[in-house]
Amino acid sequence: MSASTREAVLGRIRRSNGARPNDPERRRIVEERMAGAPVGIVPQRGRLPQDEQVALFIRMAERANATTARIAGYGDLADEVSRWLRENNFPADLRMSEDPRFANADFDATSLTIRKGVSDGDDLNGLSHAETAIAETGTLVLVSGPENPTSLNFLPENHIVVVKADSIGGEMEAVFPMLRARYGKGEMPRSLNFVTGPSRSGDIEQTLLLGAHGPRALHIVIVD
Amino acid sequence: MQITSHTFKANTVKALADVELQRALGHVEKGFIDKRQTAVDALPEFDALRDNAVAIKNHTLKHLDLYIEAYVAKVEASGGIVHFAEDADHARKIFLDIARKRNAKTVTKGKTMISEEIGLNAFLEENGIVPVETDLGEYIIQLRGEHPSHIIAPAVHVTRDQVEADFRRVHVDLDPNRNLVEPETLLGEARQILRRKYAEADIGVTGANFLIAETGSSVIVTNEGNGDLTQLLGKCHVVLASIEKLVPTLEDTAQILRILARSATGQDMSVYTTLSTGPKRDADLDGPEEYHVILLDNGRSNMLGTEFEEMLRCIRCGACMNHCPVYHAVGGHSYGWVYPGPMGAVLTPSLIGVDKSGHLPNASTFCGRCESVCPMRIPLPKMMRHWREKEFESHLQPRTQRTGLGVWAFFARRPVLYRAAVSMAMPLLKLAAGRKRRFASLPLAGGWTKWRDLPAPEGRTFMQQYAQKSHATTGDKR
Repeated sequence: MSASTREAVLGRIRRSNGARPNDPERRRIVEERMAGAPVGIVPQRGRLPQDEQVALFIRMAERANATTARIAGYGDLADEVSRWLRENNFPADLRMSEDPRFANADFDATSLTIRKGVSDGDDLNGLSHAETAIAETGTLVLVSGPENPTSLNFLPENHIVVVKADSIGGEMEAVFPMLRARYGKGEMPRSLNFVTGPSRSGDIEQTLLLGAHGPRALHIVIVD
Repeated sequence: MQITSHTFKANTVKALADVELQRALGHVEKGFIDKRQTAVDALPEFDALRDNAVAIKNHTLKHLDLYIEAYVAKVEASGGIVHFAEDADHARKIFLDIARKRNAKTVTKGKTMISEEIGLNAFLEENGIVPVETDLGEYIIQLRGEHPSHIIAPAVHVTRDQVEADFRRVHVDLDPNRNLVEPETLLGEARQILRRKYAEADIGVTGANFLIAETGSSVIVTNEGNGDLTQLLGKCHVVLASIEKLVPTLEDTAQILRILARSATGQDMSVYTTLSTGPKRDADLDGPEEYHVILLDNGRSNMLGTEFEEMLRCIRCGACMNHCPVYHAVGGHSYGWVYPGPMGAVLTPSLIGVDKSGHLPNASTFCGRCESVCPMRIPLPKMMRHWREKEFESHLQPRTQRTGLGVWAFFARRPVLYRAAVSMAMPLLKLAAGRKRRFASLPLAGGWTKWRDLPAPEGRTFMQQYAQKSHATTGDKR
């Protein structure tokens, strides 16, 4: 880093703000703010009992043009994936992540051609597991890592995402304590993806078109 | 890019006569205003969130030096590199240095306004590096050799017919008889062509909607997914961001996200909101090998502590231009630089100087809609007035205008004299107008009377009529 530019920029900010560089009071305010991470205003919309949060999540995700299905357990996942692909006339090919939660899903019993791991860019259908989801806006929360490579969220033509019903939270603020518990305070996965519906563009005459550069269709499977 | 803000008047004359542009601009009102209102009405806490967002940004700006220090430490801890850039030229040099070290030939780009601000594309081309815009709107205007005319809808000035013509002109290896009538097929064609580019790119460039001090993350908010493919598949990810993008925590980011998408496109949440922290990790199967942030000042640190500080709260949602009657009429290119509409009219003079910004602070009817819809409650009309004052103080207006204003100010500050002068002038003007009771031409007001007649005064001033009417009313009561 160009240390001199850094000091010049920070120095100008201090001068403009009339602030002293080593003011312990200011440092305390800033450190407390980051440590305390006050929650601010959380809309009433998502503040519901958990089962109603799942219902709200489904409603909001569908409003964002995703489709949803609810299954009793991972044992039903392979059938649900096959059904959705078949009913939409999508090819019986699937690139799936190696999330350990898929261990109880029996894809061998289906006629799907399965490939695993990172997407090569030619995958028609992808399957990932979300960490959690947000009822308030129908948003999926996916984290990067060897279990769920981020490229699966963006490269396949169609994306199927599994989320556990009991992991769904009311609002975005419910996600952050979970991240801090898993990665540590101030630490993050390399990529944290909030996904609300399939990709879209309004760049031609402000007309909404689904299926821009990311997936054209998003199917969410909620596992009880 | 060449700055044409100083010829704003001439730009607008051209824009108003441009039939295709006028057709395209019709989509701004249709496409944004109702959607925003519907989204806002569906969230009772919207105004409270605005207040909190203002408080968050004000707090951050007050301690910006410390939040930047905390942010840099977190980026470095996650394996990323932060480069401070004084100005556009410095930022370009830093970028070229990163590109040279990687022997970069092609650069994919998600949507970034800072790239426009530093003129990155032209600079890369001069240095033999190919920039590829991947956002559909940015891709369209790159094909056309243009600049964005809107901060979130860069090709809002282009019609579907023009896009089709551009695609046929440039995509010559595709079947010339293909059917491109439906907008979906245009989108599909762009998707197809850009798909190959992401993984070939040596560098993927994105902007940032937020930089989070707590975690050292850069945040992009998009709908198409191109920004994510750009930052994920390029071998090296370079974030272009300006210093005021800092927010303290994840929770603060969530607060502002709630008002950002609603104000911009009327969505509760954009399709993709992605937080990126550092390069690919050891166990990761994908991700960039390097992660750089170029943190641009370019005049912003000098805005702190001035009457323009509040402009640094701007989150680039575009609501002000979507609701601006001037923008609706003349489009974004008339503003002559990177940032159009009311936010551009305030920010441009701050960044390039009021002397180069010409009429921008005057490009307002002061109807106040921009301020009323601004999620960050930035007093845009008030700031345009500040610029007008500075323009006057620096003697930037033509002499006739200054003299006119001076004469008016002399009388306006002396009410007795003002009323006397006006009550004398009224009957004279009535007399001069004659039986037509209107003027087809007037000295010093040719610009006005060129397009319409000026109705002549009816003989008495407002104050005279007011005095008479209130007297009559009180008289009736008695």
